[in-house]
Amino acid sequence: MTANDRSPNHLQLTRDGQLRHFLTLDGLDRSLLTDILDTADSFIEVGERTIKKVPLLRGRTVVNLFFESSTRTRSTFELAAKRLSADVLNLDISTSATSKGESLSDTLLNLEAMASDMFVVRHSQSGAPHFIAESVTPGVAIINAGDGRHAHPTQAMLDMLTIRQHKGTFEGLRVAIVGDVLHSRVARSQIRALNELGAAEVRVIAPGTLLPKDVESLGCTVEYDMVRGMKDLDVVIMLRLQKERMEGALLPSEREFYRLYGLNREKLALAHPECIVMHPGPINRGVEIESAVADGPQSVILNQVTNGIAVRMAVMSMAMGGQVSDRQMQQSERAQA
Amino acid sequence: MNNSVNASTGSILVTGGRLVDGQGRDSINDGLLIRDGRIAALGAKARDVQADEVIQADGWVLAPGLVDLCCNLREPGNGQKGNIASESRAAAHGGFTTVCASPETSPVNDSGAVTHLIRDGAASRAVVRVLPIGAITRGLEGDLLSDMAGLKNAGCIAVGNGSRGVRNARILRRCMAYAQTFGLTVMFNPENQSLAADGYAHDGLVTSRLGLLGIPEVAETAAVMELLLLAEETGVRLHLSQLSCARSVEMLAEARQRGIQVTADVAMHQLVFTEEALAGFDGRFHVRPPLRSEADRLALIGGVRNGTIDAIVSQHQPHDSAAKQAPLAATEPGLSSIESVLSLGLELVNRDELTLPELIRALTSGPASVIDRSAAIAEGELADLCLFDPSATWQADERTLVSAGRHVPVENRNLPGVVRLTLVEGRKAWESLPV
Repeated sequence: MTANDRSPNHLQLTRDGQLRHFLTLDGLDRSLLTDILDTADSFIEVGERTIKKVPLLRGRTVVNLFFESSTRTRSTFELAAKRLSADVLNLDISTSATSKGESLSDTLLNLEAMASDMFVVRHSQSGAPHFIAESVTPGVAIINAGDGRHAHPTQAMLDMLTIRQHKGTFEGLRVAIVGDVLHSRVARSQIRALNELGAAEVRVIAPGTLLPKDVESLGCTVEYDMVRGMKDLDVVIMLRLQKERMEGALLPSEREFYRLYGLNREKLALAHPECIVMHPGPINRGVEIESAVADGPQSVILNQVTNGIAVRMAVMSMAMGGQVSDRQMQQSERAQA
Repeated sequence: MNNSVNASTGSILVTGGRLVDGQGRDSINDGLLIRDGRIAALGAKARDVQADEVIQADGWVLAPGLVDLCCNLREPGNGQKGNIASESRAAAHGGFTTVCASPETSPVNDSGAVTHLIRDGAASRAVVRVLPIGAITRGLEGDLLSDMAGLKNAGCIAVGNGSRGVRNARILRRCMAYAQTFGLTVMFNPENQSLAADGYAHDGLVTSRLGLLGIPEVAETAAVMELLLLAEETGVRLHLSQLSCARSVEMLAEARQRGIQVTADVAMHQLVFTEEALAGFDGRFHVRPPLRSEADRLALIGGVRNGTIDAIVSQHQPHDSAAKQAPLAATEPGLSSIESVLSLGLELVNRDELTLPELIRALTSGPASVIDRSAAIAEGELADLCLFDPSATWQADERTLVSAGRHVPVENRNLPGVVRLTLVEGRKAWESLPV
C-alpha cells in the first residue's frame, strides 16, 4: 500500500501541467523537458546581446539559499535571475542563521515574510527542497539547485541542452556516466532525463562501492570495466570524485581510480570518433580526467557552463509563470465561490 | 465522542457480538459478565445476574485487551513529546490494556530508581497497565552493565536496548549471561550499528532513486544471526524486537527448530507499508528499522500467520511537531501509531492478508506469552478487554487523536474499527458507546 499522495508532480506541477516548482525530473514527461530545452535555446541569444536582459521577472525577488556553498552554481543562478530582471538576494546560510540554532522552517518563514517570490535552494540533505515546497512556503517557487544525493535537475537539463546542440537528437544515443554514481545527484537526474528523452542506452561505469543498490532500476546498465564500457559511446560524462571517498574504504587510492576509471586519450579512442566528453565540474585533473582530454577537441565542458545560465533562465521563468497562473486559478475559483 | 475514565468497578454484562481470543475462541457471545475486575461468568448463565450496566454488542467484537511490547510513553524527560497520562489514554483509545514502556527515557531506565519513578507515575496517572522494560546497559550506551537485579526487583519485566543497535558482541554476550542469571528476558532491536551507519531508509529501490542514505538488510540479518548464536550459547530468553526483513523471519524459524528460546515481534506499520511510503520524502515514515520491500512485508505477514512472529507491536513514538518539521534525514524516527494499530490490522483482515483470530492472537495472547502473562477470554481471567466495532470507521485527526504525537500513519482516510470500550481489570479506560 502506498501512503497518501505525495508524488513529486502533485507538488511541482499546476493542475494544467505547468511547472510551478522545479524539484526533480521524476515525473516530468518528454514534452515538458523539451519545452525547457527549447526555452533555454531562446535565451542563449539573450546572452549574446550587448544588453543581456529580458523583463520576465521584473519586480520579482529571487533568493539564492545556499545551505551548502557552491560558487559556480550560485553565480550562474544569480546571473540567470539578473538577466530576467529580478532582484536577487544571495544568502549563504551555512554560515548564518542555522548555525545560531534557528530551524530551517523559521529561517524560511522569515524570508517569505520579506515578500520573496522564488527560492533557489542548495542543501546537503536529499529532499530538502521538497520539504520547503510542501510544508514551509507553498506560495514561493522553489528551484532545486542540488539536494544531497537526490537531484540536480538544472545541471542535468543543461547537460541535455549541450548534448542536443552537438548531437541534434537523443534518439539512438549511447551515453556513459563514469565514476561516483552513489553520491551523485547529477547522475540520478541525468539518467532520468536521458531515459525520458529517448537515449538508446545509459551505461554507468564504476566500481561496486560507488554504485547505489539496484542501480539498474534507475534505467541504466552497469559496466565495471571502463575499457569495455567505452565501446560505441556517443557521449561520455565524467563525475567528480570527492577526496573523502578514500576514507570510508570506498576506494584504495586516487591513483588506482585514475588508472581504472580516469578518462585519458587511450580510453577515449575506444569510443565513437565523434564522442563528446562532458563533466559537471569542478574538474579534478589527473583524478577522473586527463588534461589533454578535458581541454581537447572532443570536450564540451565549457559549453556546459554557458548553457547553464540559459537553462536556469528557462526554468525560473517557467516556474514563475506557473505560480502566477496558479494564483489566478485560485482567485477565479474564490470569485466563483 | 464521550469517553471517560471511570473508577467504578460495578458489574458489567456484555451481550451479543463475537468473542475472539488468541487461544482458539471464536464464538457468538451469549453473555459475558465482568465483576470485581475479572470475567465472572461466560455464556447464557452470565445473563442470570442483575448487572449494574448492560452493553449490547451486536455486530461488535469482544477480544482480550491488546498488549503492546513496545511503546514509548516519553516519561520521564520528554514532556514535549508526550507523558504517561496522554500516551496511556492513547493506548486505551487504541484498545490496549497493557503497554511495555521502552527504556529510552531521559534519564534512561537503567536503575531501580527510574523504574520506580515510571511505576509511580503510572500508578497515579496511567489508565492502562504499564510494564517497564529496563535498559540492558547503563545509559543504553552499550559499554557497562545496568543494575539488572535492581531493575527486576523494581518491576522491570525484561531488559532491552531500546532502539539502539549492537556495537560490541563481547559486551552483548556478557549482558546476556548476566540477564540469564536473573531469568530476565532480553528484548533486543537487531541492528548492526556499523552496517547501519548514517542510514535512515531501506537500502533499495527508493533509496537509490531518491539518493537517501540506506540501511542495508544485512544490518539487521547479521545482528539477528549474532543474537541467535549468543542466545543459544548463554541460554538466555531472547526476544527480537521489530523485525523488518524476510531473511530474519527465516532465521528465526530455523532457530526455533533448533530449540533456541526465542520470540519476536513486528511493528504494525511494517505489515502495511513499504519503502514506497518514502517516495515523496514523507518524514512521518522515517521509522527504524526502515520500511522495506514488498517481499519483506509479505514474509513478515507470513511469519505472523504461522506464529513464527509472536506479536505485533505499535512501536509508538510520539513526537512534538518540530521533530518531524525538517528535511527527511533531519526528522526524528517513529510514528504516533498506537491509536491506529487495530484499524490497520483490520484493513489487513479486510484484504484477506490476515484472519481476525490471527490478528487478535498477535495483539493479545502472543505478546502476553512473551512476558509470561495471559490474555484469554475465560472465566476467572482478569477483565482486560477490548470491545470494538469492526465496521464503523473513523479518521485520525486533531479532533480524534489523544496522543500528543500527531504524525499518524494514515491521514485523510476512513479507518475501519472503532474501539467502543477498553476495560482494564474491569475499569473503563476508554468508552465511546453510541448514545
